[in-house]
Amino acid sequence: MSDVPSARRPAGELEAEVLAALWSARHPMTPQDVQAALGGDLARTTIATILARLHDKGTVERTRAGRAYAYTPTVQDTAGLAARRMHTELGREADRSTVLARFVSDLSTEDEQLLRALLGDGTA
Amino acid sequence: MIAVWAPLLLPFLAAPLARRLADALSPRAAAWTLAGSAAVLAGGALCSLGLLAAAGLLQLPPVAALGHLSLPWLTAAAPSAPLAAAVAALALAALTALAVRTARRHHHDLRTARAALPAEDTRRPPRHLLTPPDHRLTVLDDERADAFALPGRLHRGEPGRIVVTAGMLRALSGPERAALLAHERAHLTGRHHLFLALAEHAADIHPALRQLRTPLGYHLERWADEVAAARVGDRTVTARAVGRAALAANRAPSPARPKLAAAAHTGPVPRRVAALLQPRPTATRTRLRPVALALAACLALSTAATLEATADLHRTVEAAQHNDGHVER
Repeated sequence: MSDVPSARRPAGELEAEVLAALWSARHPMTPQDVQAALGGDLARTTIATILARLHDKGTVERTRAGRAYAYTPTVQDTAGLAARRMHTELGREADRSTVLARFVSDLSTEDEQLLRALLGDGTA
Repeated sequence: MIAVWAPLLLPFLAAPLARRLADALSPRAAAWTLAGSAAVLAGGALCSLGLLAAAGLLQLPPVAALGHLSLPWLTAAAPSAPLAAAVAALALAALTALAVRTARRHHHDLRTARAALPAEDTRRPPRHLLTPPDHRLTVLDDERADAFALPGRLHRGEPGRIVVTAGMLRALSGPERAALLAHERAHLTGRHHLFLALAEHAADIHPALRQLRTPLGYHLERWADEVAAARVGDRTVTARAVGRAALAANRAPSPARPKLAAAAHTGPVPRRVAALLQPRPTATRTRLRPVALALAACLALSTAATLEATADLHRTVEAAQHNDGHVER
């Protein structure tokens, strides 16, 4: 746990953020790219350590990009299929149980307009 | 015998009070108030049904004989007990069926979600009980925006998982992604799915408790929003994360998400965003006091009535035994 020189946050949280950043990009990322994408205060060496750890676990793949490595998330063949299967299976019942707390619920048309007004732009 | 009916009627009064109180409390206190009220009121209602059924059971000749109870005395003392007991027994049977159905639906949903995910890495070292759980992120390679917290299985020592689609991650900026992850992590560390499961079971037990489910769901989301805002140290970023996630999820509605009919009321997401755009909420204590006292009185009354009804049944049994002895002598 203590082998990552993290500032306060546990290693698992940092790993999740780095992995999320890799997935949000559609191209391989160097530690520098990840640092920019996180927009936070993490040192590049910290990010490089986390990426190396994720690579050891097989969660990400890497290719040489000049002096550094560039990383992409490992796409498991079954993951996309599995996602679609879960969507259809869980969505089939209209009165689905609430046990899976979803991040956001559905929006009505009024909700959407209000939300755009609250966020103060039309970019979101 | 009046005490036994109070826990069956009090939820109609207490549930609206709990909702009103929750709306004025901080999200965490609100969630505990709603879940606690649901638990106490559902428990009281269940006990009442059990006591009613038991009181009628005593008048069955084999039971009376087994307990050395005077059947003539019992029939004279509580002539309507068998009818009430029959109704209560039917209700208990129906509630058991409902509880089994709800539990099976939860189990089915969790199993479907787990089965669809790529297998967990089994090489993780055994975790010490006191270290905080390491909630792993699982990304689904799907363009549709979705995110949820998948609770772990306690008996296997399995931590929960944060499940997010690639589409959701692409819709958010770096700090917003951090807010989303912190929000889902808050659901898992707070074990919010247990609150939701409790509320569903309570709603099965008493119809008046159904109205607690939606507010509880809302306040649990608000609770996780507040934890996330404190974690990333920026309320506006957290508000944007919630808002943009909802808009992204709405942009490509999958067949899995039944579209809401255009509603005239404000949905939960704009309320959450608006709450995050305001300073950290503080409870307005003075105006709450009458509602809080009324709710506390209802919960105390329900508990006291259950205890009194239990004592009453006990006294009935003792009196029936006493009278049985007199008849024999």
